[in-house]
Amino acid sequence: MNGETLSGPAIALSGVTHRFSTPDGRSLTALRDITMEVGRGEFVAVVGPTGCGKSTTLSLITGLAKPSAGSVEVMGAPVAGIDRRIGFVFQHDAVFPWRNVANNVAAGPLFRGSPRAEALELAGEWVRRVGLAGFEKHYPHQLSGGMRKRVALAQTFINRPEILLMDEPFSALDVQTRILMQDELLGLWSSLGASVVFVTHDLEEAISLADRVYVLTSGPGTVKSIYEVGLPRPRVISEVRFLPAFVELSRRIWSDLRE
Amino acid sequence: MKSKIRDESAPALEARDAAAMAKAKARKRFVIFLRIAFLVVILGGWELSARLKAIDPFFFSMPSQIFGQVWSWAVEGTAQGSLWEQIWVTLSETLMGFFIGAVTGILAGILLGRNALLADVFSVYIKIANSVPRVVLGSIFIITLGLGTASKVALAVVMVFFVVFANAFQGVREADRDLIANARILGASPRQVTVSVVLPSALTWITASLHVSFGFALVGAVVGEFLGARKGIGLMIATAQGTFNAAGVFAAMLILAVVALVMEYLITGFENALVKWRPAPLADS
Repeated sequence: MNGETLSGPAIALSGVTHRFSTPDGRSLTALRDITMEVGRGEFVAVVGPTGCGKSTTLSLITGLAKPSAGSVEVMGAPVAGIDRRIGFVFQHDAVFPWRNVANNVAAGPLFRGSPRAEALELAGEWVRRVGLAGFEKHYPHQLSGGMRKRVALAQTFINRPEILLMDEPFSALDVQTRILMQDELLGLWSSLGASVVFVTHDLEEAISLADRVYVLTSGPGTVKSIYEVGLPRPRVISEVRFLPAFVELSRRIWSDLRE
Repeated sequence: MKSKIRDESAPALEARDAAAMAKAKARKRFVIFLRIAFLVVILGGWELSARLKAIDPFFFSMPSQIFGQVWSWAVEGTAQGSLWEQIWVTLSETLMGFFIGAVTGILAGILLGRNALLADVFSVYIKIANSVPRVVLGSIFIITLGLGTASKVALAVVMVFFVVFANAFQGVREADRDLIANARILGASPRQVTVSVVLPSALTWITASLHVSFGFALVGAVVGEFLGARKGIGLMIATAQGTFNAAGVFAAMLILAVVALVMEYLITGFENALVKWRPAPLADS
């Protein structure tokens, strides 16, 4: 590997178009000519209305979907299959309902061939880090939505991903829990230093978390505009939204979206 | 609203809880009473109308005769040996057929559920095979496999296989796509996805089918014995039928019902042990 590859962007989409073929044989364009770059350790948020192809963007980066045109590169190399350096947090609960908390968190290391005892020990550590100590033996249905989300975060972070993709992870939570989880996420992210793509339809959430916000429009999804968020870190979510710079940026994006 | 709840003293709350519990208990006792009353009315009515010759006891028998028949079978044995042996023969045929049919059904369901090409190729044949009344196959099995256990097991297997297969297949197809994607991203190989995501998701479907298919296995074994056998409850029914012994037919039916209920109870226990991660149902009697 040369120096350029190491210092290049973590994720680079250039001129990406993605088409679906529907069962009745028609072709549907979900994304058109998307160009996006995420630097190492950068936190990027993607905002847009429902159905604008935000989730498809993430599928392209994970390798679960392939672009119809253009290129998707992760860490300087084209995406080929599922990359071990990627972590993904889903919108809905994707924790395994038949595994208890400890076994859910240990899933990644176990799948990747760690010995059971070692994986469970590591899992115990992560369960504590997300504040679920004492719940190791609980099954997901015995936990609240916020606690299940913590399990999902621990499950993803235990693999120490260099790239973290999040698909509206907190949209199903109540406002209070959501703010707690956002703070939790920023804490975990700052200790891990991963590059993040955070998809959301909540503009305030995007601004309060990210370094940069991509705004997509729908039908088919295209990048409408990009905003730099100059807010200082570390941020406290419940306070950052009252900063004048936050309010100003939020107003600018809203007025752009209205056009 | 909140202050109202707080205003209530602890003893008052306790009294209300106790009252609610007493009410629930009383209702439960009432239900059990009604169940027994229903049984008494049906059996009593049957017995009475048979004794008063309102219905012909030769065709319809009567509860006392049926229980008498069960008793004499249990004590004196049946025409083809002891009652317990007959039960055991039928039960072992049923269990073998059930086990083989369930295992092959689950394996085939997972294989076709996970492989779209195999599913597209074979689904049409399975549909055809499923539309054949499978009991008819019993005659073929008797011809090829003889009067012994094998022909009954074979019939039970084909009865069970399609039910379990259809459910396992559907269960695999319905496995949550996000869960599969999550497992793959966490590092699972296709085999690991099958074992630790797809199989557990399909388990609810599979266990549900086991309840139904045990009954089918029993039907397979009994019909097989009906068609030709040397031992078993099905043969007892055939014999009773041949001698116009209505009480014998009903008595064999009663024995089969008891066997099926006991097995149903065991399967439920097995199911609960297997899917204990599921939330418990809220109300249970």
